[in-house]
Amino acid sequence: MDAAALTLKFPRTQSLKSIDMPTFAVANDELTEIVRYLRDTQGFDLLADLCGVDWPYRSPRFGVVLHLLSTTNKEYVRLHAACDNDAVPSVTSVHPGANWHEREAYDMFGIKFTGHPDPRRILMWESYPYHPLRKEFPLAGIEVPLPAADVAAVTGQNVEPAPMMGGPFVSHGGHMSSAEPQALDQSWNEEKPKA
Amino acid sequence: MVQSDFSYNSKIEGEVIVTRADAVVNWVRSHSVWPMPMGLACCAIELMAAGGSRFDISRFGMEVMRFSPRQADCMIVSGTVTYKMAEVVRRIYDQMAEPKWVVAMGACASTGGMYRSYATLQGVDNIVPVDIYISGCPPRPEALLDGMMLLQEKIRNEGGSLKRTFRGRTVETKIVS
Repeated sequence: MDAAALTLKFPRTQSLKSIDMPTFAVANDELTEIVRYLRDTQGFDLLADLCGVDWPYRSPRFGVVLHLLSTTNKEYVRLHAACDNDAVPSVTSVHPGANWHEREAYDMFGIKFTGHPDPRRILMWESYPYHPLRKEFPLAGIEVPLPAADVAAVTGQNVEPAPMMGGPFVSHGGHMSSAEPQALDQSWNEEKPKA
Repeated sequence: MVQSDFSYNSKIEGEVIVTRADAVVNWVRSHSVWPMPMGLACCAIELMAAGGSRFDISRFGMEVMRFSPRQADCMIVSGTVTYKMAEVVRRIYDQMAEPKWVVAMGACASTGGMYRSYATLQGVDNIVPVDIYISGCPPRPEALLDGMMLLQEKIRNEGGSLKRTFRGRTVETKIVS
């Protein structure tokens, strides 16, 4: 990893502190070019991961993190690109494997990837109105109609918020007590019966 | 073999058995359940194990797994049903011909299991009527076989109608033999 060459070629790139691998904050509009440069001249030929990040108190709020692997030099590099107006350039033109990663980041965070060849959702259905991994979205979910209108009509079933009692189980941090891990919702439990 | 006085004696009564049509039809149905493996998660692996020689579901006449709903009469929902998949499960259920039964195999299919989240249907009985629930995460093949034997018992004892659980209440479907 030649960090000096990277920052010389792309002066807006900043090195970030990291405990495991070289990490850079890159300019939003340079992302595709940097990934192409790293692939072609520094040997980072494999896109190991691409994911969205939600920082609720930062501006811009959303970002994208890429992990690139060099299969020849056996090293990783991490790139962090902040969104510009909830959008980042797509890197599918450099790494076609980014296609589904970017669709997932769009699905879960609502990050738009400009230049993506197939910008659909990948996990939730197309008409789903929310982006579930955003910090303000409750884990239990929000009530919306089922995707198929005829099935919703015949069953009377909606997408309903899941009951939090009975799981998922969390530990509340600090040192471990002798108690079992607790469910997130404590409105009813072994001591208090269900209302 | 000792011939008991109380058993059927063909020498006295001839080569004829008198019974009710319901009983014969139910007996035939209970011993030739053709399952439709709705394999959605790890429970499907245990379902496959139940089909293997160690557990051998064919002892109960159920080895004919049909991947076409038109040819099956028992949907074994084995795994997590997401809201996106719920539509598919219901459509496949609608395509099966009556009489048909549904087995909710494992915690996820029965209640949503450990998936208390925005993506997971909290129990397949919200969209299809369920006959048998099997506990476990995933249930062992023995538990599946036990559940299927309970289903056989249910089929054998039904008289013109089926009682199932749908959306938290018991519903009854008339069956024409």
